[in-house]
Amino acid sequence: MELLQYFLDNLELLGTLTLEHISLVGVAVGIATLTGVPIGIAITKNERAAKTVLYIASIIVTIPSIALFGIMIPILSIIGQGIGYMPAVIAVLLYSQLPIIRNTYTAINNVDPALREAARGVGMSQNQRLRMVEIPLAVPVIMAGVRTAVVLNIGVMAIAAYIGAGGLGTLISRGISQSDPRQLILGAVAVSVLAIIVDYALLALQKRLTPKGMEREAAAT
Amino acid sequence: MIRLDNLTKVFDTPKGAVTAADHISMEVPSGEICILLGPSGCGKTTTLKMINRIVRPTSGKVFINGEDTSSLDTQDLRRNIGYVIQQIGLFPNMTIEENITVVPKLLGWDKAKYRERAREMMRMIAMEPDAFLKRYPSELSGGQQQRIGVARALAADPPVMLMDEPFGAIDPINRAVIQDEFLKMQQELNKTIMFVSHDIDEAIKMGDRIAIFREGKLVQYSEPDDLLAAPKNDFVESFLGEDRALKRLNLVKVRDLASEEIGLVRPDDTLDAALERIEAYGYVNSIVMVNDKRQPVGIINAAVARTTQGHCRDHYQSVPVVVTLDDDLRKVASLMFANDMTWVPCVDDDGRIIGQITQRAITHHLGSRYRAHSKGEGGAKAAEASPSPAIKE
Repeated sequence: MELLQYFLDNLELLGTLTLEHISLVGVAVGIATLTGVPIGIAITKNERAAKTVLYIASIIVTIPSIALFGIMIPILSIIGQGIGYMPAVIAVLLYSQLPIIRNTYTAINNVDPALREAARGVGMSQNQRLRMVEIPLAVPVIMAGVRTAVVLNIGVMAIAAYIGAGGLGTLISRGISQSDPRQLILGAVAVSVLAIIVDYALLALQKRLTPKGMEREAAAT
Repeated sequence: MIRLDNLTKVFDTPKGAVTAADHISMEVPSGEICILLGPSGCGKTTTLKMINRIVRPTSGKVFINGEDTSSLDTQDLRRNIGYVIQQIGLFPNMTIEENITVVPKLLGWDKAKYRERAREMMRMIAMEPDAFLKRYPSELSGGQQQRIGVARALAADPPVMLMDEPFGAIDPINRAVIQDEFLKMQQELNKTIMFVSHDIDEAIKMGDRIAIFREGKLVQYSEPDDLLAAPKNDFVESFLGEDRALKRLNLVKVRDLASEEIGLVRPDDTLDAALERIEAYGYVNSIVMVNDKRQPVGIINAAVARTTQGHCRDHYQSVPVVVTLDDDLRKVASLMFANDMTWVPCVDDDGRIIGQITQRAITHHLGSRYRAHSKGEGGAKAAEASPSPAIKE
C-alpha cells in the first residue's frame, strides 16, 4: 500500500525519468540502426569481412556494461564528456550492433537465390536489387534485430544511471544508496514494464513494415 | 534470331577446371522454339544462362538478331531478353501488377503505358486483370504463378526469351495445359525462344528444334522428327528411349497421312452390301454407317452382317471412333489399339466424314523416314530401323 502511495506521489518524476530513458535508448538504437543495417548489407559481399565484423560485434557484447562505462571515462574525458549522456549512448550504440548487423546480414543472405537470379534476370542493377527486392524482404528480420537491441539496452541503460546519464536507473541507484526499497522496486518494475511495452510496440511496427505479400509467410515463422 | 559462336564456360573448382560448356555453336531462327535437352550437368543450363550473362562466358560470342551482345551493357541486355526460371521467382513483396511491370518500369515506360500493358498481359495469359492484379504471389497457385512468370518475361515485348525448365515445378495436368497455352501464345507472338528441359516428351511437344547436350558438348541439333528418326549416336539414341518411334507419332498429324478413300454404308443399304464393302476395302471387323450429311451414326459389325439379313439402319451399333485432321498419330494409334481397328475414319469440323487413316499408312510413314535416313549409314542401322513392332499389322 505504501508502495502504491509512493508510486502515485512520484508519478511526475517517474514520467520524466521514463521519457529520459526512452530518449537515451531511442537515440542510441536509432543511430545503431543507421550504422548497423548498412554494415550488415555491406558484409554480405565478403564472407571474410562478415566473419570478422560479426566476431568483433560479439566480443563487444561480452564486455560488462559497467566495465565499458569505466573504459570510456578516461577516453571521453579528453573531449570533456567522461560521464553522462555521451558514454551512455555510445555504450548502447555498441551493444546494439550485434543484433542489428547479424540480423541484417542473415536476412539479406537468406533471400531465396531464385529471387536474386530473377532480379538479375529482369535487368536490375545491384542497387535496384537491394532497394526493390532484398531489403523489403529482409525488413521483418532486420526489425526483429532492432527489437532485440532495444529490449536488451533498456536494461543496460538502467546501469548508466551510475555515470549520471539519468533515466529510470536513477531510481534504482538511489534506492540502493539510500536503502530505500520503494525507489528500488519502483525503478526495477518501471524498467521491466517499459521493456515489455516497447517490445510490443515495435512488434506492431514490424508488422506494419512487413511487405504485404509476405504477411502469410511471416506469420508462419 | 539467336546465334551462339563457340560459346565456352570453364568453371574453376577446387578440383581443377571444369568445362561446363565447350565451344557451343548453334543458331535459332527467328520465331522458333529451340529446346536444350540433356541429362543434368550436361551444360544446357550453363549455355542458356550465358546468353543473358547470369553466367559470364569464358569465351565465345552471343549474337541476337545479328548484333554481337558483348558490346551491350549487362542490364540493357537482360531487360531486352525475357527470362523465365523453374522456381518462378516472383517477388513476394510486390503485387502481381508490380511483378509484371517490373521490366517496363526499369526501361522507363510511363505509368499509364505500363499499367495498360499489365492488363493486356493478364488477358493474354487468360487471367482476369481486376481479380488478380492487386493480389500477391503467395495468394496464387503454382500454375497461376508460372503464368505470371511468363507474363513478366513478356511484358516489355522482348524479341528473345530464355526459359529454364519453366514448367518443371508444375503438376503434370497443369503442365500440359500451360504448355498448350504457351504454344498458342507463341503462334501469335513469334518470339525466338531458348528453352531448357530434361523431359524428352516436353521437348518434342514444344520444340521446333532440339539440341542434345552431353558433358558440355552439343551432340546433335535437329528438328524433332529428324532427331527421332535418325539419332546421331548411341548416346542420343539411348537418351531418346527405345520407344522413340512411338514418340514420333506425336509429331505427325492425321492431315499428313489421311486418304480420301473410305468405304461407307448408308442406312438404306442391305447388310449383304455392307459385308461386300467390308471385304472390298479390307476392313476386318466393321464399316461405318453415315447419314445424308456424311456424318457417322454408327458401325455395322462384320459378324452381324454375316449372320443376319436386313438393312443397315436396323443393325448398327454405337457411335464409331473418329479423329479430326488436326489430331496427332498418337491418338490415332491409341484408338486403333483400344478398338481393335486397322483404320479410323476422319471427320471435318462439322463432323462429316472426309477420309480415313490406316495402320498401313502410319507404318509406312515411320518406315520410309527411317529408311531414307539410314541409307547413307550402312545396313546395320536399316535393319534396326524397321517400323516399330507396335504398329505392325
